[in-house]
Amino acid sequence: MADATITQKAAEPVSTAQMRRQMLKEFWFYFSENRGAVIGLYVFVALVFVAVFASVLAPHSPFEQYRDAVLKPPAWVAGGSWTYVLGTDPIGRDILSRLIYGAQYSLFVGLVVTTLSLVAGIVVGVIAGYYRGWVDTVIMRLMDMILAIPSLLLALVLVTILGAGLNSAMIAIAVTLQPHFVRLTRAAVMAEKSRDYVTAARIAGASPLRLMFRTILPNCTAPLIVQATMSFSNAILDLAALGFLGMGVQPPSPEWGTMLAEAREFILRAWWVVTFPGLAILITVLAINLMGDGLRDALDPKLKRS
Amino acid sequence: MSLLQIDNLTVEFETSTGWFRAVDGVSVSVDNAEVLAIVGESGSGKSVSMLAVMGLLPATAKITADRMLFEGQDIQKLSGSERRKLIGKDIAMIFQEPVASLNPCFTVGFQIEEVLRIHLGLDKKARRARAIELFKLVGLPNPEERLNAYPHQMSGGQCQRVMIAIAIACDPKLLIADEPTTALDVTIQKQILDLIMDLQARTGMGLIMITHDMGVVAETADRVVVQYKGRKMEEADVLSLFENPQSNYTKALLAALPENATGDRLTTVSDFFDGNPEPAPTASATGVNA
Amino acid sequence: MSTDTMLEVRDIKRDYELPGGFMKPKKTIHAVKGVSFKLERGKTLAIVGESGCGKSTLARMITFIDEPTAGDLIIDGQKMDTRPGHLTSEMRQKVQIVFQNPYGSLNPRQKIGDVLGEPLLINTDMSANDRRDRATEMLIKVGLGPEHYNRYPHMFSGGQRQRIAIARALMMNPKLLVLDEPVSALDLSVQAQVLNLLADLQDEFNLTYVFISHDLSVVRYIADEVMVMYFGEAVEYGTRDEVFSAPKHEYTQTLFKATPKADVESIRARVAAKKAASAA
Repeated sequence: MADATITQKAAEPVSTAQMRRQMLKEFWFYFSENRGAVIGLYVFVALVFVAVFASVLAPHSPFEQYRDAVLKPPAWVAGGSWTYVLGTDPIGRDILSRLIYGAQYSLFVGLVVTTLSLVAGIVVGVIAGYYRGWVDTVIMRLMDMILAIPSLLLALVLVTILGAGLNSAMIAIAVTLQPHFVRLTRAAVMAEKSRDYVTAARIAGASPLRLMFRTILPNCTAPLIVQATMSFSNAILDLAALGFLGMGVQPPSPEWGTMLAEAREFILRAWWVVTFPGLAILITVLAINLMGDGLRDALDPKLKRS
Repeated sequence: MSLLQIDNLTVEFETSTGWFRAVDGVSVSVDNAEVLAIVGESGSGKSVSMLAVMGLLPATAKITADRMLFEGQDIQKLSGSERRKLIGKDIAMIFQEPVASLNPCFTVGFQIEEVLRIHLGLDKKARRARAIELFKLVGLPNPEERLNAYPHQMSGGQCQRVMIAIAIACDPKLLIADEPTTALDVTIQKQILDLIMDLQARTGMGLIMITHDMGVVAETADRVVVQYKGRKMEEADVLSLFENPQSNYTKALLAALPENATGDRLTTVSDFFDGNPEPAPTASATGVNA
Repeated sequence: MSTDTMLEVRDIKRDYELPGGFMKPKKTIHAVKGVSFKLERGKTLAIVGESGCGKSTLARMITFIDEPTAGDLIIDGQKMDTRPGHLTSEMRQKVQIVFQNPYGSLNPRQKIGDVLGEPLLINTDMSANDRRDRATEMLIKVGLGPEHYNRYPHMFSGGQRQRIAIARALMMNPKLLVLDEPVSALDLSVQAQVLNLLADLQDEFNLTYVFISHDLSVVRYIADEVMVMYFGEAVEYGTRDEVFSAPKHEYTQTLFKATPKADVESIRARVAAKKAASAA
């Protein structure tokens, strides 16, 4: 008997770790089948690295105005210099440094907005899907109303009410993105709720809260993770759009959308002041979306299998 | 010459842990007017081998066989369009889930007439007449009205009758029935089996009955192939299989039938394989069919 | 021996209301139309019928998942108050259920140990170690091992999952087990193992079984009493030998006739008949 317990205790940590490794391996197998997703992942990791070590990587301060180098073209163009690799903007700030610091804004906003809308959306969606009836009707009609207004317009209205700035922009974007999570969670909860394991937990005496968040919710994560990556990129796009319209992050902060807005009048004269922030947005959003595709491939069959 | 002859068929799928061999060197042959039952439990590869013949496996599956002959014609050498002409016309198949096998967006009449149009090129009037005739043949009441029904308006048994009507629409030479009655109730199962056997006797087509149910085997088959984990365990005519099973796997399966229970506990498969857990095929099963 | 009645069901009914659309009246479906039976402790009642006959609804009422529209449920001599919220957890623990589909009845994101420990966690104040010991003990009892404690359901075969579901049902020491087609989704060889396990457990814990099935050969093997249901009504009810040797109702006879026969005599007769037909 004692012998059995010893072997059992000794065997366990190994088997758990092995199991995790096995699951991770399986995840990577399906994820890596999608080439685009792997590239997206690398780009995203690089982006995170750049954002975290911005102060080390950036050659200049993002705010320093070099009066003798106004509207310098990129280094490889005639008149450019390697001091300012991607050129400078109309008041002589280094574009590369601003882009590097801008990555911080984009990732921070993406993270905060996604978390906000994910948490709110899950809570509301689980309640709607679990209780159905009038609760569900009220919640879903409210979400339909939010979805019926063009998201950028709604965000603009909210920002006007809350006042321009990073915080109000994030809240506004989170509000416009959250109905998608509500719908998705609700649909997943409704599908899972009728399954036998939920009934079994109910027979065991589990409370509604336990049923909702411990029993059902963990089985709805796969579509939510995919939607979260999509929201991440949407949040970055919306923030850039708000910044471009002057309602988001305020100058002189080096946010990509704000950079675009500031450079608007120089589009024809100095192409680099708009091209590089635009490219930064494009690459980031594309990478995250590709990654989301791969996540869907890796997570969905897993759910079907078990 | 056999109607269908498959020698040494192997099917493999790629998984995250390497190649998985679903069918391992199986040889099967069916003659005209013969009923062959392929029996096995889940994971025995009984469906996969027939799907391979039909060309219905995903492109990632690796299929190899020494020979795959239908009426002396090598199926492996056929081009995609030639194979499509053969399948659905000379080889037809019915599946386990009758309601899911029909397209819910179209009436059953449209679906059967589509088959008649593609394979036989009949005109509109002839198609209608033939569809009504087929529905009568499979015992659907009010065939004229039934043609306008959607699958969800019919019961599982009726949907399976429609599937059978579609399958025999072009007078196939070989019908493959993949667990045709598993999703149905016992009384409906009886009716559907009777219908299939009646059609088989009347048309003289070859029939491959894939099933896990020993009762279905006993009620339908002339000859039986027993499969386990992708390998053929035994091949025998139905009477000698039940009377005098050779492979220990077949013996175990028969002993596990509740109606064969002796005493107050059932004999399980593991009772038969004390010491050597892998059942071994009989000598006759491993040899390639002549 | 009325004192040893484990389960008594008196004229139990269940209606479903289909919501009517615009200008359409509500439609009522009578899923179970007044069923009564008595079951002794330690015995097995098999309820047989085809899909839609109300046998699963009956099972759900006995396990308090659905509320009966009318009728009484007396378990272990106590009349049950089946209104939602009126059921004590002590009463709830006396009846447990094992579902048909072993792939749907276990939470895919829950380790086996947590699956088994959950009823204890909710209903008792046992410590984590005690729960673990009890779960391990139960795993061994159903033929699995302590090494399975930390695994997830998708690492198990259908038969093993059904063993886990049975272990979960037994965690709170129930007296009555409702088995809703527990072996229909399993392979033949696994089916035999699970049926043997159920028989062993019945002997050991003196359990009373309500065994729902559509498979007559399984019923004949496991049941003491048999009830045949047809469109919500019990058309036949008696001991196993009574029902199998002399079925009274027309539907029961149809059911027996439709069941495939796998004995050598029937096969020989069929093969001979076929030969005669082809010769003619």
